Amino acid sequence: MIAIKTENLTKRYGSLTAVDGLSLSIDEGELFSLLGVNGAGKTTTIKMLTCLSAPTSGDGYIMGKSITRDTQKVKSLIAVSPQETAVAKALSVRENLEFICGVHGFERARREHKIAELVRLMSLESIIERKAGKLSGGWQRRLSIAMALISEPQVLFLDEPTLGLDVIARSELWDIIRALKGKVTIILTTHYMEEAEALSDRIGIMRDGRLLVCDTAAGIRKMANTDSFEQAFVTIVKGAAR
Amino acid sequence: MKMLTFALRNAREIIRDPLNLGFGLGFPLVLILLLSAIQANVPVPLFEIAHLAPGIAVFGLSFMTLFSATLISRDRSSSLLQRLYTTPLTAVDFILGYALPIVPFSVAQGLICYGVAVLLGLPVSVNILVAVALIIPVSVLYIALGLLFGSILNDKQVGGVCGALLTNLSAWLSGTWFDLELVGGVFKKIAHALPFVHAVELERAALSGAYADILPHLLWVMGYALTALVIAVLLFLRQMKKQ
Repeated sequence: MIAIKTENLTKRYGSLTAVDGLSLSIDEGELFSLLGVNGAGKTTTIKMLTCLSAPTSGDGYIMGKSITRDTQKVKSLIAVSPQETAVAKALSVRENLEFICGVHGFERARREHKIAELVRLMSLESIIERKAGKLSGGWQRRLSIAMALISEPQVLFLDEPTLGLDVIARSELWDIIRALKGKVTIILTTHYMEEAEALSDRIGIMRDGRLLVCDTAAGIRKMANTDSFEQAFVTIVKGAAR
Repeated sequence: MKMLTFALRNAREIIRDPLNLGFGLGFPLVLILLLSAIQANVPVPLFEIAHLAPGIAVFGLSFMTLFSATLISRDRSSSLLQRLYTTPLTAVDFILGYALPIVPFSVAQGLICYGVAVLLGLPVSVNILVAVALIIPVSVLYIALGLLFGSILNDKQVGGVCGALLTNLSAWLSGTWFDLELVGGVFKKIAHALPFVHAVELERAALSGAYADILPHLLWVMGYALTALVIAVLLFLRQMKKQ
């Protein structure tokens, strides 16, 4: 089944076209990465698909529900871990998780069960009573993703999930994302070539709001006639500029 | 339920910030003690406790504007609101969730202020409870201003506008620190056109038992409160849409 479909999705801010006629289709359970340099249109695409920003034209569908007409239904199907860590800093890790459970209207038993499950999945046991604002960047990202998973979304948007993290924290987060693969459809935006290559089923490369290619990492390397994914990315993006 | 969860989170954020407690509760108390000490040495009718306490109680509410505006602007800048906008929380949940936790803080602040005033010689009477109850409509004005400024300013700007400008305007134009009759002229006209002096006068009327004098001041305050609330809601919804 198709989890996400966009049809000519476009976003303009005045004379600037941030996303230009994006049409793509992502299967259920797929981990799809949007890759591109700054200003490529990745975050704007995520904002439209998560109903945070209305498209100028075109439409998108999450599990068949329109992002322009069925926004409340779409919101019940998705979760977002934004680019900046979005946690309540004065609250403890447990209180943050309880907060999001409450926002989704979970009753007590379901809340307790869900928190226990996520604490195990994200290995949050050692920091469960610590204030979120006192945690390292890596732990805050883990918590942020745990908060996104509480509502058992069918589609999870991870916007630059490892930006600014050290190598170990990034590797640990990759393990968590790998563990989620197949259970939930994941859309991941990233600057990091190796991250997209290591985690994704398919990768879309964007530049200036346009989707240049959409294929597996191997397919993209083959298309650019190189063994290096980074080199393939550079070749495709520079080629589009000419 | 969803709204109350959000309101509880906001209450925790406010109460766990030591600066909030220090300024919100401590500063008005320091002022009431200091001015009462001055009054003990150099008696001035303006600083008699029955006259002073209502002014301090209203002045303390300007910190409620600072709390709510700071919380909203921080949430906006930290992406937490962006995350919450993708949840089933509605616009009404957000507005009530930010506004409601401030009401008990405002009442608590009023209780503490009048409680200290009693220790300093304010006669105990049922009028104190009426004055505390009337803190609620006055707090709506200050909460609405918090929602308004939090929706359009970043947290640094909130510090300047709400922490410095509003607290000073609220103090100077309220008739708490000096008698507006002494200044007179345009200053007095401006003060009476704004809601702050009316907020203090309605508290003074309640505390003195002059209940008939409450309504005109209450209407003045509520007029401003409702106008500020409508503007605040519109601005909040606008920034929500912009997100």
